[in-house]
Amino acid sequence: MSTPRLEVKKTYKLFIGGKFPRSESGRYLPAHSAAGAHLDNYAHASRKDFRDAVVAARSAAGGWARATAYLRGQILYRAAEMLQNRAGELVSEIARSTGARPAQARREVTLAIDRLVHYAGWTDKFAQIFSSVNPVASPHFNFTMPEPTGVVVVLAPDEPALLALVSLIAPVILSGNTAVVIASETFPLPAATFAEILATSDLPGGVVNLLTGQRAELVPHLASHMDVNAIVDGTGSAELQATLQGGSAVNLKRYTRRDLKAADWFADKAEDPYWILDTVEYKTAWHPMGV
Amino acid sequence: MMKASALVGKRPESMRFHAPLVPTIDQIMVEERANAFTKRSLKTSAKLAGLKMAVSMCDLTTLEGKDTPGKVAYLCRKAVQPIEAKYGVPPCAAVCVYPNLVKPARVFLGPNSPVKIAAVATGFPSGQYPLRTKLEEVRRTVADGADEIDMVIDRGAFLAGEHARMFDEIAATKQACGAAHLKVILETGELVTYDNVRLASDIAMRAGGDFIKTSTGKVSPAATLPVTLVMLEAIRDHFFATGVRIGMKPAGGIRTAKQALAYLVMVKETLGDDWLTPDLFRIGASSLVTDLLMQIVKCSEANYQAADYFSLP
Repeated sequence: MSTPRLEVKKTYKLFIGGKFPRSESGRYLPAHSAAGAHLDNYAHASRKDFRDAVVAARSAAGGWARATAYLRGQILYRAAEMLQNRAGELVSEIARSTGARPAQARREVTLAIDRLVHYAGWTDKFAQIFSSVNPVASPHFNFTMPEPTGVVVVLAPDEPALLALVSLIAPVILSGNTAVVIASETFPLPAATFAEILATSDLPGGVVNLLTGQRAELVPHLASHMDVNAIVDGTGSAELQATLQGGSAVNLKRYTRRDLKAADWFADKAEDPYWILDTVEYKTAWHPMGV
Repeated sequence: MMKASALVGKRPESMRFHAPLVPTIDQIMVEERANAFTKRSLKTSAKLAGLKMAVSMCDLTTLEGKDTPGKVAYLCRKAVQPIEAKYGVPPCAAVCVYPNLVKPARVFLGPNSPVKIAAVATGFPSGQYPLRTKLEEVRRTVADGADEIDMVIDRGAFLAGEHARMFDEIAATKQACGAAHLKVILETGELVTYDNVRLASDIAMRAGGDFIKTSTGKVSPAATLPVTLVMLEAIRDHFFATGVRIGMKPAGGIRTAKQALAYLVMVKETLGDDWLTPDLFRIGASSLVTDLLMQIVKCSEANYQAADYFSLP
């Protein structure tokens, strides 16, 4: 009689600066399916992992913001291509985590791909659409245009674990911001797999950094961090909101709350181009005329 | 070409070159031991004390072709008071500039500043110039008001085996320095092996260097922990043999507070507390100071800081 094969359980790691480190704390957590079965393990990020992720995001920010809009669009489109290529992997990851039927999971993955393509198209269009030439009462050519805010923390809601994450990240990074993303707490594995796909999609290291673990533990530190310029909060939690807004007052972080019901992430309202404007700064220039 | 010895004049027997007997360096063990210093855990008050000590040991450096008197004045201001007084941070040890910028630095700092002026000289960074012009450069730089001269050795001469010439050049430079302190830059990134680093360190110390320094900052790799450890052990052996305390200055590539603390731990555990003073240990850096200040503020404000709120490096 042959012995049964031992299962190879994976430990999903963090994604920081284009690399996949373990948590510096050495901690990990078991990932469970909706039905309670032990699936795999994943890294339990600490405040120091968050600190490292912000350093990585900050050092990537300059280069990413200087990249041409055209190039950023190509890279986001490439991410969509890679996602398409590995859609099956994500479908089974979502299905085994949430207990969704394969058709449901496939719908979520397909929408995530479409949303990346949608936002890839916005990289070289939002600036001209959301810029303006302003009438002024002096001999100046006066114009206003958006520039990236800098390092943005994105908190994903628990569900839909993949689609909400993609819908929150894309409008942040397309304008030249870099992101530190806190994944779904209940279903972190689809997000971790998404990070593994991003790593092979030409996105420069540090533009997207992904942490898995417990939000409540990280939130006070990301709220008070002086090098975080904006927070996009998709969790819909009132307590987290209070902490995040309190901390935002320290260095005037932009705080944006995206309260969508799980079903709403599948609707058009979750691909709103105006979301891009929540993480840009407007610059107005006065150019002298007739000199 | 005039020989070095002719420019130096007559030196006593003890100041003539004798090839030093140096131990061979075990590469594996040096690297393992150096790596061990990065594992020490410094927390709360000890960490804060270490961070402030590191600031007091910094030679705030700008060595670029585009340096201006304004940039040097800015650097001097930062060295005298790195951050608001409420954080209790000491001034930096020195500013380190090119010879032409010594005068503006002296004008800005005044005659009795706690912040010293160090100048690189002797054909920095290559050292591939005639000894006569190198010595003239040193004399003029000292006359302009430099407290310390950071000389580069002629690595070409060292690697060609002309150790006596290297020794004589250092001795001649020391003489030209007069009262100014002499730091000898070995440029370890070009010396290839740890054995060479050890031999060059011994020659530099015997020839009269007050400090030995790893790098110019123009060559990669610059300062590393293992290379600094080799030099610290050379300093220790020199102290046991002669009773003379030589200083150490790692320079280049030290950018984070964490790295700086690892260097302090290494100095303490290799040479002891006597060397934990700006008189005997310096760090050549520019952006490091910003990170040190960010960590110091983090200790008292208890949140992570951003470079946006600190002076430029």
